[in-house]
Amino acid sequence: MEQKTKLLEVKNLNTTFQMQKNLVKAVRGVDIHVNKGEILSVVGESGSGKSVLMKSIMGILPENAQITAEQIRFESNDIQNISKEQQRKMRGKEIAMIFQDPMTALNPLKTIGQHLCEVLIRHRGMKKAEATKEAVEALKKVGIPSPESRLKQYPHEFSGGMRQRVLIAMALCCNPKLLIADEPTTALDVTIQAQILELLQELQEKEHMSIVLITHDLGVVASLSNRIVVMYGGLVMEEGLTDEIFYHPSHPYTRALLHAIPKPVTGVKERLEPIPGMAPSLLNPPSGCPFAERCNFATKKCLEGLPEYRKYSDTQRAMCIFTDEQLDQMKEKGEGTHVKS
Amino acid sequence: MMKKKENNSKKRRMEHVLSALKKDKVAIASLIFLAFIIVISLIAPLLPIDPNKTDVMNMLTPPSAEHWFGTDEVGRDYLARVIYGGRVSLLVGVLAMLASVFIGVSVGTISGYCGGIIDMILMRIVDIMSSIPWMILVTVISIFLNPGLKSIIIVIGCFTWMEIARLVRAETLSVKEREYVMYAKFVGTPFWKVILSHVIPSVFPTIIIAGTTSIAGAIMTESSLSFLGIGIQQPMSSWGSLLQSAQTNLQNALYMAFIPGLLIVCTIFAFNKLGNLLRIYMEPRVTSGEKE
Amino acid sequence: MAKYILKRILTAIPMILIITIICFTLIHMAPYDAIDSMTNPKMSQETIDLIRAKYGYDQPVYIQYIRWIQGMLGGNFGYSIVTHQNIADDLVARIPNTIKLVLPAYLTAYILSIILGLVAGSHKNKWQDKLIDGLASIGIATPTFWVAMLLIYFFGYKLKVLPILGMHTIGLESSFADYMRHFIMPYIVLTLGFLPDSIRYVRSSTITQYAEDYVMVQNAFGASKKEIMFKHVCKNVLLPVITKLGMALPMLVTGAIITETIFGWPGIGPYFIKAIQSMDYPIVMAILVLSSTLVILGNLLSDILYCVTDPRIREMG
Repeated sequence: MEQKTKLLEVKNLNTTFQMQKNLVKAVRGVDIHVNKGEILSVVGESGSGKSVLMKSIMGILPENAQITAEQIRFESNDIQNISKEQQRKMRGKEIAMIFQDPMTALNPLKTIGQHLCEVLIRHRGMKKAEATKEAVEALKKVGIPSPESRLKQYPHEFSGGMRQRVLIAMALCCNPKLLIADEPTTALDVTIQAQILELLQELQEKEHMSIVLITHDLGVVASLSNRIVVMYGGLVMEEGLTDEIFYHPSHPYTRALLHAIPKPVTGVKERLEPIPGMAPSLLNPPSGCPFAERCNFATKKCLEGLPEYRKYSDTQRAMCIFTDEQLDQMKEKGEGTHVKS
Repeated sequence: MMKKKENNSKKRRMEHVLSALKKDKVAIASLIFLAFIIVISLIAPLLPIDPNKTDVMNMLTPPSAEHWFGTDEVGRDYLARVIYGGRVSLLVGVLAMLASVFIGVSVGTISGYCGGIIDMILMRIVDIMSSIPWMILVTVISIFLNPGLKSIIIVIGCFTWMEIARLVRAETLSVKEREYVMYAKFVGTPFWKVILSHVIPSVFPTIIIAGTTSIAGAIMTESSLSFLGIGIQQPMSSWGSLLQSAQTNLQNALYMAFIPGLLIVCTIFAFNKLGNLLRIYMEPRVTSGEKE
Repeated sequence: MAKYILKRILTAIPMILIITIICFTLIHMAPYDAIDSMTNPKMSQETIDLIRAKYGYDQPVYIQYIRWIQGMLGGNFGYSIVTHQNIADDLVARIPNTIKLVLPAYLTAYILSIILGLVAGSHKNKWQDKLIDGLASIGIATPTFWVAMLLIYFFGYKLKVLPILGMHTIGLESSFADYMRHFIMPYIVLTLGFLPDSIRYVRSSTITQYAEDYVMVQNAFGASKKEIMFKHVCKNVLLPVITKLGMALPMLVTGAIITETIFGWPGIGPYFIKAIQSMDYPIVMAILVLSSTLVILGNLLSDILYCVTDPRIREMG
């Protein structure tokens, strides 16, 4: 794929939480960018910092979070340089976000209509009547039947999938340029999951916006995304086009993730390999590669310091001391017994 | 997002408390104050003071080098009276707490464990008891029993257990669903044994916290009742009854009202603070709960 | 919703009945015979029996109970044993005074605690919160009567600006200014008495609401702090606070008794304390039943308000 214009470009972003006396480093110097009109998936286990990264960019972390970055450029402006008030106005209008648990994301005491109208009045300066009309349109767009009467209902009268649709409607009603979807399907039934993902893809094509899809499930995003970023321990482990990630994974962690996906299509009974061990503590992150402790190929060198990124193409890079070929060879040789120092 | 490791959790909890303490100077002061008050009350009989010795030459004298807290209307050393009053107040607080914890825990566990009709009846009783204003109830009961130390402990104990019963019941209900308790029941362990060995230990933290705050509540209730003249009776005195007699001399002896009152405030405050610290220790989520 | 309210009302009635039974039994178990306070040892047995019959004390207990309940329902609370006055008349004369004192204090405390609680809760761990919460925890530890004593000392004795007893200066019964001067101290004491608990409650429920997901979501949709506070959190905090409105009634009764007694306010408080001290048990019973009924009705009202305002419950039943 040829060079595209970047909608969002983040350089060296760090997020630290102050908890009691301790500093928790949730994101450690991440570079990430989102091209115009693409779906980017950010994949990682819980605690990998993917959600925190996106919330840092949105500026919606609790007050005990400290964010520093060389650059958080959105279109032509660096978000860090504009006023708090302006940042707030961008949220929901330029960049919108939907969340993991649609059950708790809506205020239980306000109707769906109120939720939608508030956003429309705030960002598009509409009057109440106009906003109500627009809200009906927005609900139609996300496939909620009989939207007029639904507007007057409260969140508890909606199912989980329907609520997620409402949130998507809220997010889309100001035509944002970027939509961040934080595990939008995790809390939903499997059948509903597919519907929501389909809806997202459809809307993305229609509205020409960019979507960042945060997920812990590589399988879910395979068909959907243009590019994939794999995060672990607050770091980007590997980044590349979807095809590159799936066919030439160059980081042991990515490979491990791929092995953990059930592949019903092939019909071959392949053994699912769970990744041994637990995600590293963000409280005292290891000085070396965070995955080293669970990596089959780890050497002493891995524990000494963070490896450099190795570029495989214009779009693909991975943070590992070994090249993909070396990894392949080692695997064939049956090496990769767990090395521990 | 943080994963808490279950091992070394005890150490963690202690660290939580210590770090909470470090930031909270008031809490440190409260603990020291409590320790001081308790020690003084315990060793009071060994001290060279007599709360009943009258000194007719020195009646209603304000605090001085000889009488640190002054003297009362019949010339008794007020420091001694305050110390002995504190003994009574603390005693009432602790014993009433024990009584109310005992009743509350019994009712709560039985109600939660047995469920069904027993639960319904007991909880109805709790509802009814908590809907009668305690002040009125307590005053009425104090008619039965001759006012005094014993009756006030019984009265406070009998009418403040409802909250503990509710807490313990809720806790018991959740414990009951756990597998080991179900197993114990399944293999035919007798009812009381299950309660003693499984339920009580799990509700223990709740009990400790509720107990600490209920000492504070009991001291407050006792002082109110004694102040109204239906609590501790002469010649025994508590901080509350000292305040009652101070009322008549308020115009010319403010210190008589000020000192016991201040001690009540500090003691109750300190017990509440202690309860809070215990809560931090037992339920670390409460404090570090900003992020999970 | 109607069904739920009806159910609530239906459960309240037996509760009131049970409370009357408890009150009645309690008094009957008391080691004092009501007759004792009307007789003296010199009276002959016949005279005592006559008095007993006159007040209906020779009947079996359940008959006495039924007669008592019947009287209550008809507004007849019986007669004081000591003063032989009609209790209903006494109550009618005194209850308005209590309301005049308690209601303003309660409303003030309520409004203040909502404001302070919201401020503290929305500034968690900032200086506003530390100040308000700190004062509230001192307030909780402070006996109301002690505050009253200190106020009496400073404003009554030292500065001599406020009267320390009663509701009116004799001869100035119709002067509003004089009434206000009497009113201000008990009013402050009562308000301070209610305040800390309610602040704590509002504060913690505000904090809980701020930790809810929907606040973060609103944040992500560009809602300003003000919008989040007033359009979202406020509403969700106030709803459970409505419940507190009725729940605080027992505290109210207690506070009123102590405060009124100290300031000699001619309300229910001193009347009750005097009745207790002189074993005037028809009065004690009447007040016991009335105040418990009040509390149950308060809870009932809270529940109904809650279910009218919360859409989640409104739909049910």
